[in-house]
Amino acid sequence: MYTGKCWKYGDDVNTDVLFPGKYTYNLPPSEFAKHALEDLDPDFAKQVKPGDIVVAGRNFGCGSSREQAAVCVKLSGVTVIIAKSFARIYFRNCVNNGVLPLVCPAAVDAITHGDTVSVDLEHNLIYVGERSFSFPSLSGSVKDIIDAGGLILMLRRKLGTEHLPMPEIKFSSE
Amino acid sequence: MQTINQNAKTFAEKALARASGNASVSTGQIVDVTPDAVLSHDNTAAIWKLFKQLGVSNVKYPDRLRITLDHAAPAPATQHAQNHAEVRRFVAEQGIKHAFEVGRGICHQVLSEEALVLPGQTILGADSHTTHYGWMGAFGAGVGRSEVAALWATGELWLRVPEAMQIELTGKFRPGVTAKDFCLQLIGNLGADGGLYQSIEFCGQGVAQMSLNDRMTIPNMMAEFGAKNAYLPPDETVFAYLSARLAKRLGGTVENYLPQLQTQAIYADADAAYHSRHHFDLSAFEPMVAQPHRVDNVVPVSQLKGIRVHQAFIGTCTNGRLEDIAAACEVLRGKKVAAGTRLLIIPASSQVLREATTLGYIGDLLDAGAMIGIPSCGPCMGNHMGVPASGEVTISSANRNFKGRMGTRDSEIYLASPAVVAASALAGEICAP
Repeated sequence: MYTGKCWKYGDDVNTDVLFPGKYTYNLPPSEFAKHALEDLDPDFAKQVKPGDIVVAGRNFGCGSSREQAAVCVKLSGVTVIIAKSFARIYFRNCVNNGVLPLVCPAAVDAITHGDTVSVDLEHNLIYVGERSFSFPSLSGSVKDIIDAGGLILMLRRKLGTEHLPMPEIKFSSE
Repeated sequence: MQTINQNAKTFAEKALARASGNASVSTGQIVDVTPDAVLSHDNTAAIWKLFKQLGVSNVKYPDRLRITLDHAAPAPATQHAQNHAEVRRFVAEQGIKHAFEVGRGICHQVLSEEALVLPGQTILGADSHTTHYGWMGAFGAGVGRSEVAALWATGELWLRVPEAMQIELTGKFRPGVTAKDFCLQLIGNLGADGGLYQSIEFCGQGVAQMSLNDRMTIPNMMAEFGAKNAYLPPDETVFAYLSARLAKRLGGTVENYLPQLQTQAIYADADAAYHSRHHFDLSAFEPMVAQPHRVDNVVPVSQLKGIRVHQAFIGTCTNGRLEDIAAACEVLRGKKVAAGTRLLIIPASSQVLREATTLGYIGDLLDAGAMIGIPSCGPCMGNHMGVPASGEVTISSANRNFKGRMGTRDSEIYLASPAVVAASALAGEICAP
């Protein structure tokens, strides 16, 4: 069960406002959270708390394939995003980083910015106040990746390299 | 009522059957595909770091990798230079044959020019505009960085066979109207998520009437429609373009390559189970503009009056090719860019720049007061080479006008065809040629 405060946004939120393109080749991951959602909501990075939930309308994460747009949300402590629909590459980027992209238009309509909602993954239900909304199960391939904690971790298991040290991601100039 | 032919297949079903080694696959099925080509660019160094986390030392199929340095090239700052240096180390260490240096051009243009993707093949890339390769009838889809690391290690990745939308095109564009105008109108009509998750499959005699330049714009822009991939049926014009380039790169004659290209081309069945069908008469379109800050916020250019332009930009994988530069030259030859307006032209590749120089376009554009940039993505995603100031208006031939896209949050971007961008540079305000 996940319970968190909601940050709610509209339709067609694109990856340029989630993580501006000017940061794509020159920022180490340790700096990502500081710029999360920078051109969408400047308060987000300052006030987001671990366990908070991002809620959005249709086509969330459209535009660039840049994975940092999902990673910066994860590094902000958010592991659940509820939207009416997701742009396809963003959906995959969430899954591959262990962030749950849940599709539930009715719940999105019921949620107000700042609400605290709960997500029951076992029964596919989102609780908003007194109401509950069901969302479709994630497919098998997606579930496997989420359960492993992301694509890299799943592949390490599959490739039999789990026992090897996991190098930290660093920049050559660091 | 239309009878359903169970054996009839969409392009996506046929292409992903081939890519997954299955005799037949159906929409909705999840398949493990082994792409013929895997694209990355300046993000190659970041992908290498993820690859190292997998605990694998060698790329499984190094000859399938396609790498260009284009997104922030030449390097605008030390961090970007370090990034490029790391990409070069990766290329050397892993023996990557198909890697292109700074200045060669934008990935999608370069791989098309080098015929490093072919009809019927599948290419996955860490770039959202990998839909581009639909121009030649290839299956191209964007994926994330972790997924490209996975592809380097294992050669395969899961994909869901997408629903498909059929778009039949008839007729011909009127003079001054381009595929860019068509795409903006389509996205404006059906919305930025109008093709979400879908394979956008074009058909009809309108495709064959179109120049290759126009055909390259369409699948590129379908990324802004939410598409997974897009497809135009390849014809003899496509085969001739690619076989000439294969002959140049690999030796032999054009005739050596034609049969192979014709054989491996994939054609959708007209009676396949399309999710939706649309028809457009190309002669009915007019020059369009996408207004800030959405690609689907579209109006005919004729409706915009008095919008002052500070910067006009012609370039990118969408509209930075020879025909685009020719269209700009047509508008600007013998005239001058308006005072107070800057015109930046960045050819999509070194070949485009070379040909535009030979044909005299570059000289004419310089005489008209344009700046010419080094073949690359330029300021498209705000890294450098034309970042606007706060409050400035840019009109651009690129594909995205999201807030902050070009590096400055409180600036505005309008999208249009190269001819409209050039005319706007000339007038200093948005207008038709």
